[in-house]
Amino acid sequence: MSERRVTPEQAEFREYCRSWLAENRPTPPPFRLPISPIEVMTEDQRRYLCAWQKKCHAAGLIGSDYPKEYGGGGHTGFQQIASHEMSKANVPYMINVIGLSMAAPTIREHGTEEQKRRYLPPLFSGEEIWCQGFSEPNAGSDLANVQASAVRQGDHWVINGHKVWTSLAHFASWMIMICRTSSDHKYNGLTYFLVPIANTKGVTVRPLIKITGETGFNEVFFEDVVVPDTMRVDEVGKGWTVAMTTLTYERGAAEGAGSGGGVSLDDQLASLVGLAKKLGRWDDPVVRDKVMELAVRAEGLRQNTRRGRVATLIEHPMRVPLQQKVTITELVQDMAKVALEIEGAHATLYMNDPAAPDGGHWPLAYLNSYGMTIAAGSNEIQRNILGERVLGMAKSK
Amino acid sequence: MAQPRDFGFGSEEQMVRDGARKLLRDELPVDRLRTLVAGDHHQAYESEVPPNAWEPRLWESIVGLGWTALWVPESAGGVGMKMVAVAALVEEVGRAALPSPLPATLCATAVLRAADETAAQPWLEQVASGTAATLAWTNAAGSWAPTDTDVTVGTDGTLSGTACFVQEARKTALFVVVARGPEGVGLYVVPKDTAGITITPDRIVDLTRDQAHIRFDGVKPAAVLSAPGTGDGVLAAALPAILTIVAADLCGAAEWQLQTTTEYARVRTQFEKPIGFFQAVKHPIVNMMMAIDRARSITYAAACALDTEPEAALRLARMAKAAASDTAAFCSDRSVQLHGGIGFTWECDVHIWFKRQKHNQVLYGDGPYQRAQLARLY
Repeated sequence: MSERRVTPEQAEFREYCRSWLAENRPTPPPFRLPISPIEVMTEDQRRYLCAWQKKCHAAGLIGSDYPKEYGGGGHTGFQQIASHEMSKANVPYMINVIGLSMAAPTIREHGTEEQKRRYLPPLFSGEEIWCQGFSEPNAGSDLANVQASAVRQGDHWVINGHKVWTSLAHFASWMIMICRTSSDHKYNGLTYFLVPIANTKGVTVRPLIKITGETGFNEVFFEDVVVPDTMRVDEVGKGWTVAMTTLTYERGAAEGAGSGGGVSLDDQLASLVGLAKKLGRWDDPVVRDKVMELAVRAEGLRQNTRRGRVATLIEHPMRVPLQQKVTITELVQDMAKVALEIEGAHATLYMNDPAAPDGGHWPLAYLNSYGMTIAAGSNEIQRNILGERVLGMAKSK
Repeated sequence: MAQPRDFGFGSEEQMVRDGARKLLRDELPVDRLRTLVAGDHHQAYESEVPPNAWEPRLWESIVGLGWTALWVPESAGGVGMKMVAVAALVEEVGRAALPSPLPATLCATAVLRAADETAAQPWLEQVASGTAATLAWTNAAGSWAPTDTDVTVGTDGTLSGTACFVQEARKTALFVVVARGPEGVGLYVVPKDTAGITITPDRIVDLTRDQAHIRFDGVKPAAVLSAPGTGDGVLAAALPAILTIVAADLCGAAEWQLQTTTEYARVRTQFEKPIGFFQAVKHPIVNMMMAIDRARSITYAAACALDTEPEAALRLARMAKAAASDTAAFCSDRSVQLHGGIGFTWECDVHIWFKRQKHNQVLYGDGPYQRAQLARLY
């Protein structure tokens, strides 16, 4: 990210985003939207959110820094502004989150010209939803242990295997997928593909039920699924390198093609204070201490993002960016945990109970928060990476 | 955002920071510091007079480089640099665990800058030319509320009573005294050699500073900095800078603890592996780093707020002090524990930083204290 000051064009774009968002904020849907885009379940939710993403893309708030021939806005430094303004405006999130924050930057860095022209425009507009096929039953923290196989047959590949934790697969047209193309090497035996999964012969998508009781992610089975070689990304055997690009973006260490919307940390904190006041707990010094501890951490996260872009104020270029996934997911988890402490007896009440504070949001948020501390490389794996890559300690494997 | 995205940390500020880092690395390497403050454990804690170990010659170099003038306005003969430069400088001071009256002098500078310009001018000029100063503020109970001072001002304008927990009392020449009169709190400047002053050094844990209580027996101040009734307002205005200065010292020292503990985890071998291989060692060290980065980022934001967005300064400075105090506590704890048996000994250097951190952690309020104050803003 650049550390220079805002250009006049960028300042003007910021104003444009603000006024556009003020005028085009969608009317709230008649149904509840889940906490995050990867939990979108119903067709109503999908339709509502796809329409919103399409509108944002048409307005230039999505894909802003991508070339025009790929459906982007052709600008520089605009995406960060648009994403920031969308978060601040508290508008709905982008449903195609995996497409925008993982698939698009990966295709941009490693894809062919044809792949960029084919896949990016409908990705930005939300017409084609993406999901991610990395994890398997025996490839979690040890991701390189992927066993789903792709076997070459002329100009095609035949894929067999089983992917899990695939959020949005039930709506997705495409999957970014790593497959084993050689069993001779663990890391160099992987290859990266863009795989069609909607209405594709041999693909079965089955919902997995989370600890919240909701669906929202899936397992996907591949049985002799045939894909052309034009859907391979980068060279055969380079899948791990390409996957690392995806993971860098997934873990928030780099800016993707668009995000924003959803509930900001400030708003979550305000809800927490509001909850404590509503339940008569704000006068309790222990509650105040815990909530303020969270407020300090939220400020730390915000200021870290800022300092991470000032090269002269960081010791190692990846030191701050690589922390973001751990710090934000643990902060969100601890916010929910403190909320449940504040609720006391009411913390037993779940969604659909008429007496549940905030509609049962906090128990749901707490249960759901483990998805984030485990996904995208568990926070334990992230700490290994930080200790090894940034601090130079011995590898724990 | 009203604040510049880069915290206003430009090339001049970088030069200050890098210059300080180089000077302290060259002039106060760890073995020199150890000899200076921890050469002899009897001397450290059992000598008749509590030690006041520092290097006046190094202080002369520091004054020569203009560190005391850095934050004094140009109108009073100073350099008039930004608070982010001060934060960066103090971070280096903390990293080196420098025994010096610099942080105390900067805290006194914060009060002088917040006071009436004409009244403060001659004293700021003295500080700029190298006179070390400190705040005599706290009462015997250790309260950080200015109105709780035990020093009173009589109808004849003289000061009586005792100020406690005065930082670097023996290294400084000027005391900025908080005293209470019938109309409220006033601020007074008292040179150390004024008649009626008795300085009694405290026996403290920290080896890198001195602290004392100062008794005033009908002491005639050299100047009234703020008339009774206006002193607490001045202290309140100076508080964000004071908190930011101490937070920066804590962050710098914590970074030393991180680097030193990481290095030990890289070289110390047990079970045929460097101990950093083990996640019970590796993960807490990573947690130290994450705590430091959070505290450090907020500290720079607080400093930048003082330069560009004063209305946000108090909130950010309290957050910075809260984060930095807790970070220091955690880093101190892990730095000793992860050094294992050697970490528990006098010969291992980690105790020097551990003790400096414990001291700074409580100055002007620890984490829970700052959070209690912050909660009032919500």
